[in-house]
Amino acid sequence: MTVTRRGFIQTTGGLILAFYVPRAARAAPPPPAPAKPPAPPPNAFLRIGTDDSVTVVLAHSEMGQGIWTGLAMLIAEELECDWTKVRSEHAPANVALYASPRMPVQMTGGSSSINGEFDRYRTVGASAKDMLVRAAAARWKVTPATCRAENGVVISGTKRLRFGELADEAMKLTPPANVKLKSPKEWKLIGTKVRRLDSLEKITGAATFGIDVKIPNLRTAVIARPPSFGATLVDFDATAALRVPGVEKVVPSGTGVAVVAKHFWAAKLGRDALVVRWREPEPAFDSSKYAAELRALATKPGTIVADVGKAEEALASAKTKLEAVYELPYLAHAPMEPLNCTAKIDGDRCEIWTGTQFQSVDQQAAAQLLGTTPEKVTLHTTFLGGGFGRRANPKSDFVSEAVIVAKNAGVPVKVVWTREDDIRGGYYRPMYAHRVRVAVDASGSPTAWDHVVAGQSILAGTPFEKFAVKDGVDHSSIEGLADSPYLSKVPARRVSLHSPKTPVPVLWWRSVGNTHTAFAMESMIDELAHAAGKDPLAYRLALLADAPRPAAALRLAAEKAGWSTPPPAGHARGLAVHESFGSIVAEVAEVSVEGRRIRVHSVTCAVDCGTAVNPLGIEAQVQSSVAYGLTAALHGKLTMTSGKVDQSNFHDYPPLRMFEMPRIDVHLIASGAKMGGIGEPATAPIAPAVANAVFALTKRRLRTLPLELA
Amino acid sequence: MKIVVNGAEHEVEADADMPLLWVLRDLLGLVGTKYGCGMAQCGACTVHLEGNPIRSCVTPVGTIGKRAVTTIEGLSPDGSHTVQRAWNEADVVQCGYCQSGQIMTAAALLSKKREPTDAEIDAAMSGNVCRCGTYQRVREAIHLAARMQRSSGGK
Repeated sequence: MTVTRRGFIQTTGGLILAFYVPRAARAAPPPPAPAKPPAPPPNAFLRIGTDDSVTVVLAHSEMGQGIWTGLAMLIAEELECDWTKVRSEHAPANVALYASPRMPVQMTGGSSSINGEFDRYRTVGASAKDMLVRAAAARWKVTPATCRAENGVVISGTKRLRFGELADEAMKLTPPANVKLKSPKEWKLIGTKVRRLDSLEKITGAATFGIDVKIPNLRTAVIARPPSFGATLVDFDATAALRVPGVEKVVPSGTGVAVVAKHFWAAKLGRDALVVRWREPEPAFDSSKYAAELRALATKPGTIVADVGKAEEALASAKTKLEAVYELPYLAHAPMEPLNCTAKIDGDRCEIWTGTQFQSVDQQAAAQLLGTTPEKVTLHTTFLGGGFGRRANPKSDFVSEAVIVAKNAGVPVKVVWTREDDIRGGYYRPMYAHRVRVAVDASGSPTAWDHVVAGQSILAGTPFEKFAVKDGVDHSSIEGLADSPYLSKVPARRVSLHSPKTPVPVLWWRSVGNTHTAFAMESMIDELAHAAGKDPLAYRLALLADAPRPAAALRLAAEKAGWSTPPPAGHARGLAVHESFGSIVAEVAEVSVEGRRIRVHSVTCAVDCGTAVNPLGIEAQVQSSVAYGLTAALHGKLTMTSGKVDQSNFHDYPPLRMFEMPRIDVHLIASGAKMGGIGEPATAPIAPAVANAVFALTKRRLRTLPLELA
Repeated sequence: MKIVVNGAEHEVEADADMPLLWVLRDLLGLVGTKYGCGMAQCGACTVHLEGNPIRSCVTPVGTIGKRAVTTIEGLSPDGSHTVQRAWNEADVVQCGYCQSGQIMTAAALLSKKREPTDAEIDAAMSGNVCRCGTYQRVREAIHLAARMQRSSGGK
């Protein structure tokens, strides 16, 4: 099936959105291999100033993961420019130019920016260098072969011209049809530790996030939102709100009511004074009842994902088996910068400023709302104060409401979410239950494995359902499980999935399906190891005998963590390994327990992402992912009672704080395998590594997240 | 009312109850100080009041009086404060949203404790939340800034 970019632009959802396409995905077949992609137009991706500055245009959003620097390195390596003159900026929303090489959507996610752009961005740099050399050669009337580019200068013999002197004419030349990229041996920048290009502005407070945007005539709006998922607006009384100094208007926002004011504080006080009546859905959603429903669903097989051998029979006749139920709660993303979006409407044109991971989807949504075309919607991407998947919403929630409010208010408006709005605003990592039954032989190795997953589909009900949900199976619900190397060795195995629907909107959360599949897999493997009286490392290595990369990662993490030497008194270690988004991460967590508090002292990580572009950035992302996953392992839990989310801010939805941060050591494996991603893969293994360490220490097996010692 | 921010006196039209955070951001246009929670739980709004770190999101502007307020913009004109230079050297930032608050808290700590221990750093900094997990490099940068301070004679 071929789908053209134009076809995608015309219909909202016509393409596979497979953020990561694993080797053996039954549910979501890989997109058809594209014909050789057209050469990227260098002028769309970089500008060279007369002052020799090199501005890299990013087709992806900087949300902390470091692509502001990493993608620039790819261009700079081939361009041979002066690295001190390089800076980055976000591309405008333009799917024709800036769609990801993997899919015709301008997006950031799936840990795919650097590995997905590895060829395109280097090609841009090499093409531009070729054009600069040709321009110099033409001026000097020599052949390009006698010229070379070095540190921002084109040289031939004693002749020299700076890039800045050549750029105007060079960038008008026809880009080369083919360029030769450097071999890894020739790399001077790629593979080295490079400090971030966005540090100075973030250190001085000069960096502009979406919430900081200022344009003339701008108002700020705070929205009264449905108090429970599915609640609908009945009516509202704006009298008191309009009396608050600074409040100018009260207008519908789509699902709620927006108070539009001169500035945030007035808007917030105005919202406090608003009287709104809602119709609440019946029955009211209750998360503990839902948890029981998930457990009940998981007692029977669901839609089959994989079925090899006769697992049910093998389990029925097995002498020794283990059974466990693992449960995970709803999680909010809680980026430090609450959601926000600025919209300005001028007739059939619209201008938007926001931190988004989903430029073309948002642009499309705005165009549809206004009855105009995407070309008339200009979307500026600011820095994102954290994304983690929340800012990639197929429903374009925070952009759509800003467009609606701006339209209704007749003035440019910045809609700002409070932290309460964010924690209570939905689009959570779904709640899941896994029921796992494993039969083992005399040596404790698994001979039959039945694995039932129950949890809401993220992609059902979105334009991407057609392509990521196949035969009732949302691939993102079983990634990391269906393709687990442990399972491939078990002769009788069955994986199945229940996908109940709830009124709670759900979304991908850093590492998506791996957040729960890694916990279930690496906990059960650990339970099997202990049941067999075997060392958890040795047990895993035996099962991974035919999977050299995860085995190598485990060995390295264990070695660096001192696995074979006893930990300090009162400490114990646990380990886990998991592959996701093309990379393999093994983690050894060392913990102690003080009363009911689990203290994680250190996490030793071995990372195989194939090839490293910026090891300094990779280390940061591994630390970031472990900390993010550790918040979920130790604290993260949202509950709903009578339809309403019980938590609201950081006092009852606590993030990891500095005093809880373990020492995280990162060791890279230069496997030379195909480059994988690093924004997410280290998130998934930390919860099982810690749970496994807690078991080693206390002999108590914790199968529910967050981990709590009663 | 008049308030003094980063060494300059400003006349602002604000209710005495309006949090200093929003006076800074929306009335004075100083957006380096950030909103993260509005209830003093996250530290993104940290500024100095006469050199001491305060949570501007819960500090009514009417309580400030003539006391000097310093925001991230006032820490140095160009990122040259020791803490800022250490932050750059240690490559601390990721998304950057919490970093103004982190830096203001760290600068206040180092003005009072020249060589803080890890435990003292944790105690001072654990009110500053970072969802990107930069804590390890924050700690390293504070130690580095302490060393830089020592070798430059304490500035």
